Amino acid sequence: MTDVRVAGVGLTRFGSHADRAGRDLFATAAERAFEDAGVPRADVEELNYGNFMGALAEHQGHQAPLMAEAAGVSCPATRYESACASAGVAVREAVRTVAAGDADVVLAGGMERMTNLPTDEVTEGLAMAADDLFEVRSGVTFPGAYALMATAYFEAYGGERRDLAHVASKNHANALPNEYAQYRREVSVDEAMDAPPVAEPLHLYDACPITDGASALVIVSAEYAAEHDVDAPVAVTGTGQGTDRMALADREHLARTPAADDAAESAYAAAGVRPEDVDVAEVHDCFTIAEVLATESLGLFEVGEGIAAAREGVTAADGDLPVNLSGGLKAKGHPVGATGGSQIAELTRLLRGDHPNSEHVPDADVGVAHNAGGTVASAVVHVLEVAE
Amino acid sequence: MSDGGDSGDGAGSGDAGDVDLAERAPTPVTDADHDEWLDALAAGEGYALVCPDGHGSLPPRRICPECGSASLSREPLGDTGRVETFSVVHVPSPRFADDAPYVTAVVDLGPVRTTGVLRGVEPAGDAIEVGLSVAVGVEERATDGEPLVVFRPANDG
Ligand SMILES: [Zn+2]
Repeated sequence: MTDVRVAGVGLTRFGSHADRAGRDLFATAAERAFEDAGVPRADVEELNYGNFMGALAEHQGHQAPLMAEAAGVSCPATRYESACASAGVAVREAVRTVAAGDADVVLAGGMERMTNLPTDEVTEGLAMAADDLFEVRSGVTFPGAYALMATAYFEAYGGERRDLAHVASKNHANALPNEYAQYRREVSVDEAMDAPPVAEPLHLYDACPITDGASALVIVSAEYAAEHDVDAPVAVTGTGQGTDRMALADREHLARTPAADDAAESAYAAAGVRPEDVDVAEVHDCFTIAEVLATESLGLFEVGEGIAAAREGVTAADGDLPVNLSGGLKAKGHPVGATGGSQIAELTRLLRGDHPNSEHVPDADVGVAHNAGGTVASAVVHVLEVAE
Repeated sequence: MSDGGDSGDGAGSGDAGDVDLAERAPTPVTDADHDEWLDALAAGEGYALVCPDGHGSLPPRRICPECGSASLSREPLGDTGRVETFSVVHVPSPRFADDAPYVTAVVDLGPVRTTGVLRGVEPAGDAIEVGLSVAVGVEERATDGEPLVVFRPANDG
């Protein structure tokens, strides 16, 4: 396998850009990625672009050629859709393409526009990631689905709402110095506990916000980087993907995410690392319970023990294993189709040492990113390592 | 699928290729085998599709999603099921605007689990417990009268 490097990363600020076209958001992220990489646009051989609900938000299908234009690249361009894991699968295909020697330079990332829609339409749009016949028509919303998992988790392993409030509080604290984050504001555990319910047991601060934003990565082969004198010290050493039954009710266990277990196993095996080697993680905390499930699937905690990690401070910025130093989806924001790319962007900067929170992981060599779609019917995991 | 006996038609029983497009109403969407299942559930004759290995699933299905078996037969659902998990939904989608707050629940019905709305209980997290015994049926969504899978506490509680 060819050595795959992240040459450059670019993000828009996450938040409300209700007046900006999706193509303008992606163009901004791509421009920043090219600037960061020092790679000419003319060298890009493919564009892998993630987006979930563009047809609803902008009446725009067939977005990939549009985004190629916007980014200023002329090459085969494909849109990937895997709900909230859309950019994760787009990045994964970029990594596989470069690893296979089919291309030396691929632009990957994604974009989502959401705040231009009324909240109830966003709720309806996000629910499209669930099984329409058996879940959506039975009243399952996106928060409702994760609430079902939270209730099942509490029932199977214990834990309580307050444990989840610690996840929210931690991730809000992490977002404070992140210039790309939607919410740079501390939220105390008590404040999270007192917030109104969305889908019990999940309350307002258990949920990620509605976000516009874009992410872009320039993925290159190590040979290309060496030949063109491109500084790309972070390697993608493992990628994995898993799929599960679409409807939560059809899963073997209602409080576990085996698609992410499978993705993690593949990614770790490819990288030749074990969960105990991981120094820092960016995981898909669309809801606080999702961070718990993710860290257990990644093997960072035993099944049933992830719930206590935030409360005990293990996953805090100054803990043994910082999780979501970016602020996570929870506080940094969750522009659905861009999120998987933004996680790799954050992790790359954390490992390079130029992230505002890098000071908390000065010796980190191994990072892991976990991106999930729906109630984790889709999952993508990447292992990043400092190669130079 | 509704009947294992006519699965030999490669074109598929749902092929709408010969339907005059002008006569097709845009809504509501119909999903033949699923609609038939809902009607059966409403009549108290709910069923699951079960493969020879005992994996249960719900229509439309041609293949067991667990093992790939094409030999699916109908098996009646039990009279009652067990609530496996639930949530009290306060922020609904537009189609449930007038239903909220409501309780969504996953119920184990024997060969399958399914998801529906739990009625006949107070919509409050501390008023409901996992393990509650419920009966399953079909009622109307409050918002628009569309059919809805509904659980109610079983009389034998
Ligand atoms: Zn089977």
